[in-house]
Amino acid sequence: MEPLLKVENLRTVFDVKPAPVVAVNDVSFEIRQGETLGLVGESGSGKSVTAFSIIRLVQEPGRIAGGTVIFQGRDLMSLREDEMREVRGAGIGFVFQEPMAALNPVMRIGAHIAEALKVHGVSSGKAARDKAIELLRAVRITDPERRVDDYPHQLSGGMRQRVMMAIALACRPPLVIADEPTTALDVTVQAQILELLRDMKREFDLSLLLITHDLGVIAETADRVAVMYAGRIVEQGTVREIFHNPKHPYTRGLLASIPGGGAGSRLQAIEGTVPNLASLPRGCAFSPRCSDRIDICSEAVPAEFMLDASHGARCHLLTPGSKA
Amino acid sequence: MALVEVRNLVKHFTRGGGLFSAKSVVRAVDQVSFSVDEGETFALVGESGSGKSTTGRCMLRLVEPTSGEVLFRGENVLGFSSARMRAARRDMQMVFQDPYSSLNPRMRAGTIVEEPLIIHAIGTRTERKDRVADLFRLVGLDPAHLDRYPHEFSGGQRQRIGLARALALNPSFIIADEPVSALDVSIQAQVINLLMDLQQQLGLTYLFIAHDLRLVRHIADRVAVMYLGKIVEMGPTAELFGNPQHAYTRALLSAVPATDPDAPRARIELDATLVDREAPLRQISDGHFAAVQ
Repeated sequence: MEPLLKVENLRTVFDVKPAPVVAVNDVSFEIRQGETLGLVGESGSGKSVTAFSIIRLVQEPGRIAGGTVIFQGRDLMSLREDEMREVRGAGIGFVFQEPMAALNPVMRIGAHIAEALKVHGVSSGKAARDKAIELLRAVRITDPERRVDDYPHQLSGGMRQRVMMAIALACRPPLVIADEPTTALDVTVQAQILELLRDMKREFDLSLLLITHDLGVIAETADRVAVMYAGRIVEQGTVREIFHNPKHPYTRGLLASIPGGGAGSRLQAIEGTVPNLASLPRGCAFSPRCSDRIDICSEAVPAEFMLDASHGARCHLLTPGSKA
Repeated sequence: MALVEVRNLVKHFTRGGGLFSAKSVVRAVDQVSFSVDEGETFALVGESGSGKSTTGRCMLRLVEPTSGEVLFRGENVLGFSSARMRAARRDMQMVFQDPYSSLNPRMRAGTIVEEPLIIHAIGTRTERKDRVADLFRLVGLDPAHLDRYPHEFSGGQRQRIGLARALALNPSFIIADEPVSALDVSIQAQVINLLMDLQQQLGLTYLFIAHDLRLVRHIADRVAVMYLGKIVEMGPTAELFGNPQHAYTRALLSAVPATDPDAPRARIELDATLVDREAPLRQISDGHFAAVQ
């Protein structure tokens, strides 16, 4: 079956001085119907720009410089802007990290949801209000008849994120992109929101692109995982392949740096710092921090090596003939 | 031996009291007591609004507590005059969460680290410069970068600058308020390792304020869990994580996502109505206390 979303060789460039910066570099992945893909990476890895590129909302001076994004059989890159507006919301819903910044402070909760319904011609007036209450109930907001008239500041962070979910789901999109949906929340609230995401996925028959830096969130929620570093996907595979059999030294380093071993023992830090995209090292961008690097690593960008049908990594060490 | 002892610390904030609203009192820190032993890492954990940061700030009198005592080497610092307090702060320092806003962007890194020495009139100019270079090396920074501005450093390096500044006066006690939560995962581990190395090298005592329970479990000797301004449970780290007694501690521990996709998930929800806010801390086992009936 055709995947719901197929991103191929996506490339997003920011035209800044003195030289353009490639924020998303040759990124390819798929999301199948009903699947959750976790996109994990540190700040500046390009994971959020990838998400904004998919729905064509990259801000100036950024621009999509190449690649295709096939959603439900249509190439989003070739759509007119009015067609694209229809895809946003009705085809692909969005949940952002900071619900307070995404919600209009002078608009009531119900009005936010009604607006989404009206824009996409689903319903308006009294019907939209009823639909909004129904959606608030679906995202487990208690007393939705009253909450629908609240303003964003009257809600807690977790409740606001539930409202964001209700807005994203208003037009029943088959795909939701959630960008760090729990990062600003306390851990007990995070647990509730993650559970809600899993429930919504089942009840609304959703597919999910979940963007996060938190490997714990990924382990709990994702079916498959793509690890980004300096604009590229360096490894992708099923959640078990990534957590139990990571192949890229960066993925291994990330997993090892999570506290969890013996108390008081030294953590296995990845030395050095995340590179500046404006001055990437030659060859593999991770090579200066990699303890396993060989000569070729600082010369050529590694191609993706497939370990099996679902698990691939961009690392020279995996290429037959190279040795550590 | 206890280096620091906090007794019945209380901080109330008044809210409202304007033209249209009645005054209300927020009990941000409510009768908090604990002690930190010399050379120990003691962690205060809790979610936002639990009062953990306010507790730390009250201890250094960055905010004035409403009542209570903070004994440092047996003396109540809350009774100190401002001159005496300034002198006492040489021995008690703070490292802040945000390495971006806690460093003056217009000051060079070397000057930021030297400033405490200038304020406390320590050493000659040359001696201070040598000391700053030593501090740079101590926290893993290159003294060749003394003249750079904060924005020229990465987040992890900035946190090292903050640490060098805190260490400038040779303190014995450091309050670290979420020192790595603004950093990327791969950088967090570097800073945590540095904190542990410095503790061994310099014999430091830490009060570590954090919300990341994985991290706390890794570095703390003892842990106190705060909920709505009160300590609801306190004990040796392994004991508290292995045998949590308070409903809130159990809910909090169960909410931490496991970094193993095959780990069983057993969330425990907190029924806030069942938490008795007035329950006193009761001893469960040696050193382990919980506010349960």
